[in-house]
Amino acid sequence: MSKIWLIIQREYLTRVRKKSFIIMTLLTPLLLAAFMVLPGLLITMSGETETVMVLDESSLFEGKLKDEKDLKFIPLSGSLELAKTVYQETDNTALLYIPKMSIDDPKGITVYGKKNTSLQTQVRLENVLEKEIENQRFLASGLDRATLDKIEAEVSLNTINLSDGGEKDNNAIVTSIAGVAGAVIIYFFIFLYGVQIMRGVIEEKTSRIVEVMISSVKPFQLMMGKIIGIAAVGLTQFLLWIVLSFIAVTAVSAAFGIDAAPSPAAQFAAGQAAAQGGQVTEEEESATVANAAAENEVANTITDVKQSFANLNIALIFGCFLFYFLGGYLLYGSLFGAIGAAVDNETDTQQFMMPITIPLIISFIMSYSVVLKNPDGPVAFWMSIIPFTSPIVMMVRVPFGVPAWELLLSMGLLVAGFVFTTWIASRIYRVGILMYGKKINYKELSKWLFYRV
Amino acid sequence: MSILKIDGVTKTYANHTALDNVSFEIPKGCIFGLLGPNGAGKTSLIRIITQITGADSGHIYFKGERLKPAHTKDIGYLPEERGLYKKMKVGEQLLYLTQLKGLSKEDAKARIKTWVDRFEIRDWLGKNIEDLSKGMQQKVQFVATVLHEPALIILDEPFSGFDPINANLIKDEILRLRDNGATIIFSTHRMESVEELCDNIALINRAQKVLDGPVKEVKDAYKTDTYQVIGNGKLLITSPDFHVVEQHDNHGIFRAHIRLLNNTSPNDLLRYLIQRVEVHSFVELVPSINDIFIQKVTEKHHV
Repeated sequence: MSKIWLIIQREYLTRVRKKSFIIMTLLTPLLLAAFMVLPGLLITMSGETETVMVLDESSLFEGKLKDEKDLKFIPLSGSLELAKTVYQETDNTALLYIPKMSIDDPKGITVYGKKNTSLQTQVRLENVLEKEIENQRFLASGLDRATLDKIEAEVSLNTINLSDGGEKDNNAIVTSIAGVAGAVIIYFFIFLYGVQIMRGVIEEKTSRIVEVMISSVKPFQLMMGKIIGIAAVGLTQFLLWIVLSFIAVTAVSAAFGIDAAPSPAAQFAAGQAAAQGGQVTEEEESATVANAAAENEVANTITDVKQSFANLNIALIFGCFLFYFLGGYLLYGSLFGAIGAAVDNETDTQQFMMPITIPLIISFIMSYSVVLKNPDGPVAFWMSIIPFTSPIVMMVRVPFGVPAWELLLSMGLLVAGFVFTTWIASRIYRVGILMYGKKINYKELSKWLFYRV
Repeated sequence: MSILKIDGVTKTYANHTALDNVSFEIPKGCIFGLLGPNGAGKTSLIRIITQITGADSGHIYFKGERLKPAHTKDIGYLPEERGLYKKMKVGEQLLYLTQLKGLSKEDAKARIKTWVDRFEIRDWLGKNIEDLSKGMQQKVQFVATVLHEPALIILDEPFSGFDPINANLIKDEILRLRDNGATIIFSTHRMESVEELCDNIALINRAQKVLDGPVKEVKDAYKTDTYQVIGNGKLLITSPDFHVVEQHDNHGIFRAHIRLLNNTSPNDLLRYLIQRVEVHSFVELVPSINDIFIQKVTEKHHV
């Protein structure tokens, strides 16, 4: 036992100290933070304050066009020609010309720009004008905005899962995300670290250290030590990624003034509040009501999402994730190890990689195409029971709720499958690591299973 | 007393027999030459002794006990195909391999200290194996083999890859280890090093043990009572007791190989010669291990 522990330590430490490991571990959270912050940053950068000069000959919008955070209005008077000349001499974004017109027939409004006026600016100006015209029409017909907002209805559906006794709120999107995220991580983990096991075995074989090792320890100890050591490397990496991502995202967000946690929603709310602060006209009241309604809506969405998360049985999902994460890795890891033992160099691994990668890829594809759409269908059921596909498929299913017996059966079979593949792998491994210069085929491999060593 | 007893060991692979009922004993504290042509079964036997593989039938006794996993601690093995972890530092590697033999970290460190000084490789401890020359790697591996001070050391072609200076260093080290009580199994094709180092030998050919025993006894068994005589004069042997195997004359100096027959002694031959010629040199012709090796291996072929 102490020998296997020594092997685990070596496999772990040599990998964790590698430059590539350190770089990967540090870089990924930074990239993540960058991806999170960059779009926001780019928007802020491009979103310089736009200043629009307004020549209002209709006098309908006098004092009604309010400056916003990044949109300012400068009223002009005089002729259009004069206004154009004045505009040309400034850096302002555009010149908005409102000709003489009636509120019932708002036509002929024109925007003059130096470049082509951006769609964004155009839409914003349209919105501002439309809203103002609507307001004036409401006033003219005796309605006010506040009354209208009260009438407006907003419906968002709560979906409730009545199975398994209790009522559970459930939001299909959140559920899907939780499951798929787990499945994706498991899929990549098996591949990334399974291949590392294979490479490690090939390295030991080609460097011929293996004969020395096997004179000190049993082949099985060497194989399991490697598998467990590399699993520990993977877990360390994921743990560091989680912690570092959290730190990086928090730090970057703080630096750029973006609230990290519920960022889009909060940003939205903050924007509303700022807009609200700017309202100082007679319409203050109505605007406040409108904003309050919008805020309410945002708050509801946040609560919805939060509630969906809370109702996902987090402990169960996380437990299942850990189980299938390790179970799947161990099941495939030993097979990767056996491949490494059977070949002399990495180029020979192709033919043996196929039967390992195919069930993984199929379960990954099926997770998206079939399981996610029908998490309780026959395909989902069988694929989540069979050990070679269950680590990925069951992970997708778990957040939707899986009967306990199915889960237990799947887990039991996964353990059995792991014991079985490890047995097969160790039989191949003990023969393969001492076999050099021989092209191996499946027939040969199957003979190895029954060799006496 | 024997440290290792090989008792009727047979090992068959899918299509050939590697060892066929091989039995012999290796006395404690000797340098034991395990000889045989390529493919004779030496490596198979070594792998069974080092518990890398198991025998199909037959047993091996180490210090009187049936060989068991705990014995790996007392055995050091230098395979013919050398290999270490390329990307691991020398010091860590030595520590790792020694700990795997069951030594505590502290003991292993203390041993490494003495051995790196003896081999003058202290400066290499922090280097990766792949940064060392091939000869240096071999030296490190030799140290790794003996670092846990095993009672039985198995060296497969220990001198291959060493320059003469380092080969001498290794040779002295092997002798020193023997003098300190270790038993060394020494598998090689280089017969001159066998003559020089080995106390006992076993010869394996075509999966079977052909002969074994102390080098002197083996040689005695294969000597033919033949003497080489060099002298001055005209040698003409007429006695039926002596048979001239070969004779060369050169400007009055002769050199002859003469075999004793009819239970005569070397003194009889000498007396006979002195009466006729002037004897300059009289030496018994003892077969070299090389001669015996070739004789046994080729004769087996013809059968």
